[in-house]
Amino acid sequence: MTSATDIEKKTPLAGLSESGAYQKLLAFASLIALLIGFSIASPNFMQTSNMIAILQATSVNGVLAVAATLVIITGGIDLSVGTLMTFCAVIAGVVLTYLGMPLLLGVAAAIVAGAFCGLCSGTFVAKMKIPPFIATLGMMLILKGLSLVISGTRPIYFNDTPGFDQISRGSLIGEVFPALPIPNGVLILFLVAIAASYILGRTVLGRYTFALGSNEEAVRLSGVNTDLWKMRIYALAGGICGIGGILIASRLNSAQPALGLGYELEAIAAVVIGGTSLSGGRGTILGTLIGALIMAVLTNGLRVLSVAQEWQTVVTGAIIILAVYADMARRRKTG
Amino acid sequence: MTKLVDMSGIEKHFPGVHALKSVQFDLVPGEVHALMGENGAGKSTLMKILSGIYQRDGGTLQIEGRDANPTSPREAQALGIGIIHQELSLMNDLTVAQNIFIGREPRKRFGRLNDVALNAQTAEIFASMNLSLDPRAQVGSLTIAKQQMVEIAKALSFRSRVLIMDEPTAALNDAEIAELFVIIRRLKAEGVGIVYISHKMDELKQIADRVTVMRDGEYVGTVDAAATPISQIIAMMVGREVKEEPLVPPDLSDAEVSLEVTGLCRGHEIRDVSFSVLKGEILGFAGLMGAGRTEVARAIFGADPKDSGEIRVHGQVVSIRTPSDAVKAGIGYLSEDRKHFGLATGMSVRDNVALASMDMFTGRVGVLNDGEISTTAKGYITQLGIRTPSDTQEVRLLSGGNQQKVVIAKWLLRDCDILIFDEPTRGIDVGAKSEIYKLLEELAGQGKTIIVISSELPEIMRLSHRIAVMCEGRLTGILAGGKYTTQEDIMHLATQRVAAMQVTGTAQ
Repeated sequence: MTSATDIEKKTPLAGLSESGAYQKLLAFASLIALLIGFSIASPNFMQTSNMIAILQATSVNGVLAVAATLVIITGGIDLSVGTLMTFCAVIAGVVLTYLGMPLLLGVAAAIVAGAFCGLCSGTFVAKMKIPPFIATLGMMLILKGLSLVISGTRPIYFNDTPGFDQISRGSLIGEVFPALPIPNGVLILFLVAIAASYILGRTVLGRYTFALGSNEEAVRLSGVNTDLWKMRIYALAGGICGIGGILIASRLNSAQPALGLGYELEAIAAVVIGGTSLSGGRGTILGTLIGALIMAVLTNGLRVLSVAQEWQTVVTGAIIILAVYADMARRRKTG
Repeated sequence: MTKLVDMSGIEKHFPGVHALKSVQFDLVPGEVHALMGENGAGKSTLMKILSGIYQRDGGTLQIEGRDANPTSPREAQALGIGIIHQELSLMNDLTVAQNIFIGREPRKRFGRLNDVALNAQTAEIFASMNLSLDPRAQVGSLTIAKQQMVEIAKALSFRSRVLIMDEPTAALNDAEIAELFVIIRRLKAEGVGIVYISHKMDELKQIADRVTVMRDGEYVGTVDAAATPISQIIAMMVGREVKEEPLVPPDLSDAEVSLEVTGLCRGHEIRDVSFSVLKGEILGFAGLMGAGRTEVARAIFGADPKDSGEIRVHGQVVSIRTPSDAVKAGIGYLSEDRKHFGLATGMSVRDNVALASMDMFTGRVGVLNDGEISTTAKGYITQLGIRTPSDTQEVRLLSGGNQQKVVIAKWLLRDCDILIFDEPTRGIDVGAKSEIYKLLEELAGQGKTIIVISSELPEIMRLSHRIAVMCEGRLTGILAGGKYTTQEDIMHLATQRVAAMQVTGTAQ
């Protein structure tokens, strides 16, 4: 009988802690507060053009953060998302510019390359039992090196591929609603986010993603081939990084082989601010999107207020620590 | 002579459990006083009170004639009480001397460490123990026996007059045990009092002066170790009263063999274990902690590797390398540690029920049918009487008994014929226990094959149609269930160590 009363006592807490809902709420409230604060501080901030700039700035980091979220929910970490993005951009450059293949083939090549690299990371982690931090650190350096080798350390331009820059910069929405020239890059981010959200919430892969992060050994002892599922998740994350590669290449109309380092940390920061637990088992794509938006709003707003670049970095760092502290404090309270 | 320790009328309550009921215990200088009892009898709780880890709720504790009330291990240390836990707590990468003086290293000015003094003081302690060990040796490079010596030296460095040793020989081989006993005798000669907790009967005769037996949190009696036959000590441990009607095992003479294990081996943990279980049978696995029962279960299930051995399911040889192979062969394993090995506690009841059977709910391209998962989970919630507000409740918020039912539901859904229950009622309160027992009996009645591993003899007696007993990785015998087998019979097999068997062998 005691158990029944126990349950009733605990139910209200359960609602709060459910998949980091509280943290997500907190993150969302912070985002609104930032938007209001910056609009009061500067009339230039709440301009449509500036809002679109913020969204555009979110798109690449957002896509990478979605990829990182998947891996982090399994209880792992992916440090290679940034250089993998660059590597995929370079692959697209090779296929489109060097080989002169059609546009779609270049896009497909980038995504396949990303998925393959993710599969490699997944194999290192699942089969060879290398800790994810080390495996993806190694992958990060390998990919950075390979990008430079393949491109001969020079940027690859997409001037010969008409329409490539439109992947990110064009605006399908703007054609329908001229008042809302939201770039395709942002549209793609939202499509990726919706797809990832669906996968996490509605498919076996997603259910096992949470289950692995929650208790991998229990999943293994349930007779599930945990290695295989983990490799699939890393591969999916890699494929999403491939999309990120296309986005950045399209925005710059070139594949910049030296780019990419540091993107992984921004992506992880967005994930963490969005309430995904680094110890795995909990997290949402929506939270990650909000996290990525907070980072972009912060950078943009501080720039609009003419705060020096150096201080922007300091503030971002402080925000990350605050966000995680808020999450920890809440979890200590509810147990 | 002043007693080193005198405890009487010790009471201890934990939420829902009366752990110690007016327990007494005393220790005089220069004796080895063994503390015996089944798992859960209260030995460790009593010693944790003596060493300041727990606080007593009632009774008196005198140390060297003075009332004492240690409220932390540190205070107990200051009173001269040292404890050596079964799990050694040494830092493998530090040296022997650094381990012994951790937290109170000899210093020079400005906080610089004085390594010369550190090693010299350590060497002094070793000399007093007549032990040859290099203070500069790295702890991780030592044998377990030597590491134990380091723990003893550490306890002595606090000038301990009382040394509590919790199953000190659990991880030692015979030569190392002899080595340990030499040290213990030397400490005795110097007037140190030693509390010796062990399950191993033959060791008592070798090392103990007196034996105190506990059962179900109560003091049973104290006897002279040399003059008391082992059978009497066992009788004291298990008690006489049989509370329930003896079980009448069903007639299974026509039943087919559903699981047959032959020659299962892995290192020292599993030594040539062979047995078979019938359809509809409950086979109990009895034995003391560390006897290798969980290891056998995990090896059969493919959770851990095995060196050799053949497993047949319904007469067919199956190759089981991973849990996923075992599940395909229709074997399910319910671990004693549900939180770590059975449940994804942060996930919902319905996801945990479906965890082993996701493929049943998966459409093309991997989309899950959550509606069907929910319907199925609700079915099991009703069928097994799982008390939960809904099927989306997080499992960690359920009570132990209900969590266990969720794990059972997981395997029922997977439709496993052979279910291995490892300590099925650990951490479950009394009322829920009998529900779990009934459930196991129903499952057997439906033709499932059930293996129950339990350290609680009454539980084994209550459930098992046959009882397999293990000791030190070997299967020492299979007994009939029901009234023909007594707890004493089981205990005899459970304490049948290799060394003891050899002695019996020569006597015959």
